[in-house]
Amino acid sequence: MMLPWYQNIPFASIFLLMIAGVLMLLMKRGKSAFILAFTVSLTVAALSAVLTVALYTGNERFVYTMGEFPAPWGNELAAGPLEALLAFMFSMGVALSLLGGRSDAANDILAPKQSIFYLMMCELTAAMLALTYTNDIFTGYVFIEISTLSACSIVMARDTAKTIVATIRYLVISLLGSGLFLIGVVMLYCITGHLLIPQLGEKIAELVATGTYTEPLTIVAGLLFIGVAIKSALFPFYAWLPFAHGGATTSSSAVLSGLVLKSYIILLVKLFYEVFTIEVIRSLKVTNIMFAFGVIGMLVGSWRAIKEEHIKRMLAYSSVSQVGYIFMGLGLGTNLGVAAAFYQILVHAATKPMLFISAGRLIDVQGHEKSLYRLRGAARSDPLAGVLFTLGALSMIGLPLLAGFIVKFGLASASLINPHRMWIALGALVVSTVLNALYYLPAVIALWTPSGFMVRVKQPRDWRFAVSASAFGAFVVLLGVSCLPVIDLIENGLALWT
Amino acid sequence: MKEFFTTVISYRFEIAAMVLFGIGFINLLLQRNLIRKIIAFNVMDSSVFLFLAAQGYIQGRIAPMIVNGDLSAATYINPIPSGLVLTGIVVSVSVSAFFLALVQRLYKKYGTIDFDEIMTLAKKEAE
Repeated sequence: MMLPWYQNIPFASIFLLMIAGVLMLLMKRGKSAFILAFTVSLTVAALSAVLTVALYTGNERFVYTMGEFPAPWGNELAAGPLEALLAFMFSMGVALSLLGGRSDAANDILAPKQSIFYLMMCELTAAMLALTYTNDIFTGYVFIEISTLSACSIVMARDTAKTIVATIRYLVISLLGSGLFLIGVVMLYCITGHLLIPQLGEKIAELVATGTYTEPLTIVAGLLFIGVAIKSALFPFYAWLPFAHGGATTSSSAVLSGLVLKSYIILLVKLFYEVFTIEVIRSLKVTNIMFAFGVIGMLVGSWRAIKEEHIKRMLAYSSVSQVGYIFMGLGLGTNLGVAAAFYQILVHAATKPMLFISAGRLIDVQGHEKSLYRLRGAARSDPLAGVLFTLGALSMIGLPLLAGFIVKFGLASASLINPHRMWIALGALVVSTVLNALYYLPAVIALWTPSGFMVRVKQPRDWRFAVSASAFGAFVVLLGVSCLPVIDLIENGLALWT
Repeated sequence: MKEFFTTVISYRFEIAAMVLFGIGFINLLLQRNLIRKIIAFNVMDSSVFLFLAAQGYIQGRIAPMIVNGDLSAATYINPIPSGLVLTGIVVSVSVSAFFLALVQRLYKKYGTIDFDEIMTLAKKEAE
């Protein structure tokens, strides 16, 4: 039987990225590896865009059986409009981050190691797509580990003692997280005897209906949640993040902070929606913990960012608070809240890489200074980087017409349904908006203030930076201005998950 | 009391696996010596493999390889957990190799494998 052509796209995307990665081993020059990595991730982004349109117009979700082994034995991928959109955002984000960080990568990484850096980027993207598409929890675990290894290698690509120390911290914490996730998966298998998500869902529905295995299921849901929370730097597991994301080369920081953290969350939400169903998760009280940690994370992340002087570490702490927004949305335990969380995933995937790339460029034009104090006036040396950093900062604060506003609006309106959580959620949103403004505005003002630190030498223009950061900027404005089709897509996609 | 012991004995593998998981987890988190951290990670992952293998084993059946043309499923143990263990071992071997390579790098640079000491040295270097 012939499949409709677009059903081959999920597997083809993952496979293309992995093959491209292997080919890079044969390349001696970093530049050719960069071109290959960029082309392949852009191709995958284009394919995913086509898939998104095809599935959204047909309102369809399909299952792709690997190697023609039928369920419950084979391995499967599943793709609906939401997965396709997320895959598009991930591959596009990687392509643009690679482009924008290319000149930094060429300076930061030893020449013979550059092709390995791009190899790891390709494997990391493949892992993120696999986590988004997979329909098998053990495959999910394997790709979590693959993404851990490749993420650690792109952190240590700069090869200074400091980044290796950061990598070890990152690796240890990640291993703790994936260990908990693994034992959760194994327990789930032992209770149900299945690994594929649809079959698991059926079995769990039976168990819940008969009221058996309630405690083990609570433990499994808790283990899966804590495993993912550790890996996506939810409060209180965020201590490793600023050093790993703040010390790495520009493209690594952008990809790690903007994209990789989210891929685990997507797997978790898929498990909670399709395996347990959202009602069961609510009755197991896991959403309460998500909500509480999310709210605290929003505030603590911003608080730490206020006190941070190093610009990239400040952005990294801001990611902690943004992950808090996602978990707060999930913790509301309603479809609206989850939809707002997914919107936040998309928005943050565009905004944070833009901020990191602009910051990287500003650091470059200011003679590699990284403290906010020494960066004063940097925006005047490269106005485009300054404007885009300002745009990202305003979106993070939540200025209307920019993407961040829609997220805060969505979260606030989702919280209105739930009377117990409404006041906490609204209060947290207000306080965190104020806190966001408290560190982003001074940073922006400092960047535009003329000072003696400005490097008077004319910097060569970097068209790669200009193209990539402007593209991210376009996404931020687009997601802020025309949000309705995207929200509709997310809601339809979520409806297909149950 | 007798019941308690019979339960413990019939679940001995699972109990051992959970105890080992705890030991591995705590040591991976708190151990200062990096080599011991790696060993702890291996203990943690092996405990999960023990748990899986114990769950897949069915008393009185044989390994899932066809002998004497016997095709009935009732002869053999469940092969899927063994497959999962194999995949898990591959993952944990590659993670250990990567971890060891990192530790070797740090040892060359700082001359110690005590992570607290390395952190203090790295902080001093930054200042």
